Amino acid sequence: MIQAILVFNNHGKPRLVRFYQRFPEEIQQQIVRETFHLVLKRDDNICNFLEGGSLIGGSDYKLIYRHYATLYFVFCVDSSESELGILDLIQVFVETLDKCFENVCELDLIFHMDKVHYILQEVVMGGMVLETNMNEIVAQVEAQNRLEKSEGGLSAAPARAVSAVKNINLPEMPRNINIGDLNIKVPNLSQFV
Amino acid sequence: MPNHSASIQLCVQKLRILIEDSDQNLKYLGLLAMSKILRTHPKSVQAHKDLVLQCLDDKDESIRLRALDLLYGMVSKKNLMEIVKKLMTHVDKAEGTTYRDELLTKIIDICSQSNYQHITNFEWYISILVELTRLEGTRHGHLIAAQMLDVAIRVKAIRRFAVSQMSVLLDSAHLVASSTQRNGICEVLYAAAWICGEFSEHLQEPHQTLEAMLRPKVTTLPGHIQAVYVQNVVKLYASILQQKERDSDTEAAQELTRFMVERLPQFVQSADLEVQERASCILQLVKHIQKLQAKEVPVAEEVSALFAGELNPVAPKAQKKVPVPEGLDLDAWINEPPSDSESEDEMPKAIFHDEEQRHTKQQPPKADEEELARRREARKQEQANNPFYIKSSPSPQKRYQDAPGVEHIPVVQIDLSVPLKVPGLPTSEQYVKLEEERRHQQRLEKDRRKKKRKEKKGKPRRHSSLHTESDEDIAPAQQVDIITEEMPENALPSDEDDKDPNDPYRALDIDLDKPLADSEKLPVQKHRNADTSKTPEKEDMPVTEKKSKKPKKKEKKHKEKDRERRKEKERKGEDLDFWLSTTPPPAAAPAPPTPPPTGCLEEEPRVNAVITAPEEEYEESKRQEQDEEEEERDPEKKPAKHKKKKHKKEEKPKDKKKSKKKPPVNDEVEEPLENGALNEEPLPPMSSYSLLAENSYVKMTYDIQGSLQKDSQVTVFIVLENQSNSFLKSMELNVLDSLNTKLARPEGSSVHDGVPVPFQLPPGISNEAQFVFTIQSIVMAQKLKGTLSFIAKNDEGSTHEKLDFKLHFSCTSYLITTPCYSDAFAKLLESGDLSMSSIKVDGINMSFQNLLAKICFYHHFSVVERVDSCASLYSRSIQGHHVCLLVKKGEKSVSVDGKCGDATLLSNLLEEVKATLAKC
Repeated sequence: MIQAILVFNNHGKPRLVRFYQRFPEEIQQQIVRETFHLVLKRDDNICNFLEGGSLIGGSDYKLIYRHYATLYFVFCVDSSESELGILDLIQVFVETLDKCFENVCELDLIFHMDKVHYILQEVVMGGMVLETNMNEIVAQVEAQNRLEKSEGGLSAAPARAVSAVKNINLPEMPRNINIGDLNIKVPNLSQFV
Repeated sequence: MPNHSASIQLCVQKLRILIEDSDQNLKYLGLLAMSKILRTHPKSVQAHKDLVLQCLDDKDESIRLRALDLLYGMVSKKNLMEIVKKLMTHVDKAEGTTYRDELLTKIIDICSQSNYQHITNFEWYISILVELTRLEGTRHGHLIAAQMLDVAIRVKAIRRFAVSQMSVLLDSAHLVASSTQRNGICEVLYAAAWICGEFSEHLQEPHQTLEAMLRPKVTTLPGHIQAVYVQNVVKLYASILQQKERDSDTEAAQELTRFMVERLPQFVQSADLEVQERASCILQLVKHIQKLQAKEVPVAEEVSALFAGELNPVAPKAQKKVPVPEGLDLDAWINEPPSDSESEDEMPKAIFHDEEQRHTKQQPPKADEEELARRREARKQEQANNPFYIKSSPSPQKRYQDAPGVEHIPVVQIDLSVPLKVPGLPTSEQYVKLEEERRHQQRLEKDRRKKKRKEKKGKPRRHSSLHTESDEDIAPAQQVDIITEEMPENALPSDEDDKDPNDPYRALDIDLDKPLADSEKLPVQKHRNADTSKTPEKEDMPVTEKKSKKPKKKEKKHKEKDRERRKEKERKGEDLDFWLSTTPPPAAAPAPPTPPPTGCLEEEPRVNAVITAPEEEYEESKRQEQDEEEEERDPEKKPAKHKKKKHKKEEKPKDKKKSKKKPPVNDEVEEPLENGALNEEPLPPMSSYSLLAENSYVKMTYDIQGSLQKDSQVTVFIVLENQSNSFLKSMELNVLDSLNTKLARPEGSSVHDGVPVPFQLPPGISNEAQFVFTIQSIVMAQKLKGTLSFIAKNDEGSTHEKLDFKLHFSCTSYLITTPCYSDAFAKLLESGDLSMSSIKVDGINMSFQNLLAKICFYHHFSVVERVDSCASLYSRSIQGHHVCLLVKKGEKSVSVDGKCGDATLLSNLLEEVKATLAKC
């Protein structure tokens, strides 16, 4: 079973953290931190398996990781998973990400957090590997996107209509279209100031 | 089960191929699979010992760990020392404590497996254990302690050596205890104290050891260790006392007792109950002895009787072999059987049987005096009740815990079925080799020993190597000799031997560790710095502003004049070239209107060059250049006016800048940006002012800025420049309000009245006026028609003039540059209540850096994070919409994904960004 999926960049900043077992927040952060330090020490040309020891489930668990340009993808799995299988799964996951966000970059993981989670859910659910065929995963994600678009179409319609009208460039273009009431709820700002 | 050996063989051969592969992953998996086979078919795996040993030296820790697992099945009598030696060097080199601990447990596992089957020389093993105690930060002190106890108890011949080593350990207890109070290496002191006390007859200088154990420092040790100290101090005391009385040295004996009485109180005060209890008990005993001694009564005999008796190792199977005494029917009920319901709780037979056996006490075969036996009984009883005394004893077989009142149970002389092998020195050459490495000091003694050994070489080895150490029967043939030879200064050599291998490695450790850690971190920070410094955002602003303060002041005078005049800019470029030409690469044409595609490689030297250019020279040249410009362009200018204007202009934008934390939006950005380029890529000149309208009299440029304080207001800055020879006065600006956007007019005036411009313009002069607009909805761009009316007055008279314009409120103008931390940014995106949209622009050749700067500058965004050619940007509208952008640059195209609380605002903004990008 997969215990956790951690993605962090070369500076140890977590980009995607998914635990399939409940851990308190502080423990999760500690796990990410310690995993990062474990992985950081390792050269690129040594093996991708690491015995994490006390971190997550004890000696039965292994860390299987891959290092892409700026990101580490770390899967924490128990002994029932095939090591090479998981390595391949990481590759599939990354390739899927690359397909879904062309030229994927670590900031995509932040910006498209929701979609990344969808994709991950197509690949792994509840710690079990669901799908390893990339085409299948991409098809599912695209279907999801279409669904989202068709639902989002309603709320986006006025905006599209307005821009269409604007592009026609009618001389008597309506001066004022009050669409203030279309505003979607804006999150509280205090935390960003 | 059928015999699979052929297939197993094949399997192992295939695994060998995996392990030999250069791919580290395959190697790891091969070893992993190998260890699974090892469990069932150790023989076939053993054939590949060479491979496993080779893997021990692998640079990859994971592979080394796997190989360690395999080692367990690889060792034999022949290679044990060699392998352990190898492991010891790894222990010294290992960086992480986890790996070191793993090594330590593996060494102990390997050595102790199946009753020390592979150990041919226990002296060597003891010294290995002692060496291991010097490990820093290990968690396995108790493991080492257990081994020490086990070996000392079970291998009689080694006791003398062990005791000498342990006394040294006790003597240097401060080293062990001070460095590692918390991580448990001090557990070994527990074993050391116990061994020294129990086998005190082997001590060379018992008095010294006694003193070492009574040092005040001992009270800082954990309680259970102190308790063992106290108990064993008495054992030691008893043996010394006996010795003194044998020598009829009553003076010394009394002195010793006095010493005890003097030192023991420190334990009586201990916070640990166990220590306190034992110490006060023993203190009373010693005081009693003191009284007896004063009466010249010989006491040694009785005191040592307290601790008489032998501790014997018992074979694991011994328990089972105890025959049931005649007449004991274990199946018979002792009492009436309880009711049915209770009968389920009755003890299973086997357990009862075991219980029975445990109570069996093993008595030494020789008949003791009754008195002695009783005392010993009492002592054993005390020890049995003492959890510390027994539980830690390493050999589970050891029958130390004797319950009281079991004497009536028949005692059987146990014939140990599993004899513990204590072979002689079949591999003496190796041992000698090891010795040589470890003990440089003992050359002389070693020679002697070799001589003796040579004498013995004639003897048949078998006898010694096969002799067993079962219960009472130990043949101390060879070892005794060796022990006596090594006894005197064992302490020193073993100290020395550590230094030799350790020193160089420790030095290496330090060298390796620190620079590594630094180099690990340094690039990280550098990268970050570079990253942030490349974003032309507020982090850099203070620097930029500071650096460009002076030039800015002066530049401001001209800002409006400069703006549209290409040729002048060119001239300025020439000027700058002039002052830059003193610096090596002349590629630094700083302010051509269109961005020159500059390669990244060229930037750095230039940046350096500019930095190294003396500051004064730099400013001087600026001043010159400005003077020149002034003279050329404003020949008839009066200096007084200059000053006036300078003040005016400076106050306005400066204040705004500070309060809003925005980048310089004025058109003098040419200079600041160029200055900013000192520590980053040169940016093309950018101005947020755009042309509003122009005729022969006046030219209007404008910029729109929002403020966070007023969520429905924007300020329009309009720069008016007099392009004629006339004097412009009574200027008035009027705008046709829309429902959404209204010009804020002075109170009392109607919607159709204009707003007067609060200044007049002499010829060639420019000035800036501000007009406030209130906005209802900001999600769309809009245009307002307006008119500037003024009176132009010259020598020939005055005329009334008008200039029409269209004020364009882009969505961008409602955005306010707001810094955002990446965590907050991630949280914002996580919330999921933002709608998304994206655009893509093809055919862009501009560098990502410049591209980003452009978006940030023209659209009031700030960079949150940047990774290679991908960056996330953030901004806020005056009405509090969050706008997040993800800008990615591909080969020739740039894609911008946006997320915003308002879909319309977002799509409009993206259109504007697209327009900006299309110009690149």
